[in-house]
Amino acid sequence: MSLKAFHVIFITAASAMCVGFGLWMLRDYRTPEGSAGDLAWAIGGFVVGAGLLVYERFFLKKLKSVSYL
Amino acid sequence: MDIPYTSKPRPDTGLYNAKVGIWLFLASEVMLFGALFSSYILLRVGALEENWPHGLLNIPIGTFNTAVLIISSVTVVMAWASLKMKQFGRFKIFQAITVLCALAFLGIKSFEYKDKFTHYEVWKTDGTRMTGHIEGNPMFLTKAKLVAAGKDKIEFLADPHHYSEGKLKIGAQSGEHKHVEIAIGDIKRLSAFVPAHSTYFAIYFTLTALHALHVLGGAIVIGFLFGPGSKMWHTDPDRFTNRVEVAGLFWHFVDLVWIFLFPVLYLL
Repeated sequence: MSLKAFHVIFITAASAMCVGFGLWMLRDYRTPEGSAGDLAWAIGGFVVGAGLLVYERFFLKKLKSVSYL
Repeated sequence: MDIPYTSKPRPDTGLYNAKVGIWLFLASEVMLFGALFSSYILLRVGALEENWPHGLLNIPIGTFNTAVLIISSVTVVMAWASLKMKQFGRFKIFQAITVLCALAFLGIKSFEYKDKFTHYEVWKTDGTRMTGHIEGNPMFLTKAKLVAAGKDKIEFLADPHHYSEGKLKIGAQSGEHKHVEIAIGDIKRLSAFVPAHSTYFAIYFTLTALHALHVLGGAIVIGFLFGPGSKMWHTDPDRFTNRVEVAGLFWHFVDLVWIFLFPVLYLL
């Protein structure tokens, strides 16, 4: 597996982690102790998660000629 | 005689030597970290809720460190892609940013460690427990050390909530720190947040210190390829590009470990 393939796997995992983080912070926000800061973290997590997927598409286009092996 | 397949792939495997080597090494690393992750999960699910410290790690700092590592994984792959496109100058820039990110990660981690070494838990003889800081922010104090130093009391700045009250209470940061004076005779046990404090901190420091050592090792290799090792670009560019790819594969593994460590240690 080349660095290109491993990078795609890593960015996918990082994006999933960001979305999971966003969901976790959203859950904290919905508790009685939740604050606006928790909501901001949740939105940040979703935005970064989506941003990473956009970057992944750009990366795959840019390195189209490089092998996955 | 030259060693074959250092830059060109072997026809039967389709891989050059170093790539086979790094993947075998990474397979052993998966087993190492996998065993530690499994240990953590088994200890976590078997622990009593009130005895498992949670909510004690700083989520904004951990999130920032995660971002630093994600950025470094982008720059390390960009450095390799620059070499593929024969742009040595761009390679140098991306490689330098990767090393800086690694150093930033280690700097922030050491700051986090220092914060834990000056944060204490006191188990009192009446059965109550409290966490907080001792006046003067000393590191690694224990009851035995206080007795040996001839102290008869400590000035303690207690946290508003103990971790046994739940993660959300600690995270909310509601309430005020209380300044209390505790007589040494009233202390059953005193420990900073060090590996000896509890099972949680033992596994926390084992996992994060092992990961930090990998970051340091990766930074040294990437730094070498940025500096003296980059001379090879002028004599054997294909082999040099392969070396950068192998270093990048290791770096991605280190970053991927953190992607799993961060939610497990900081959130759960």
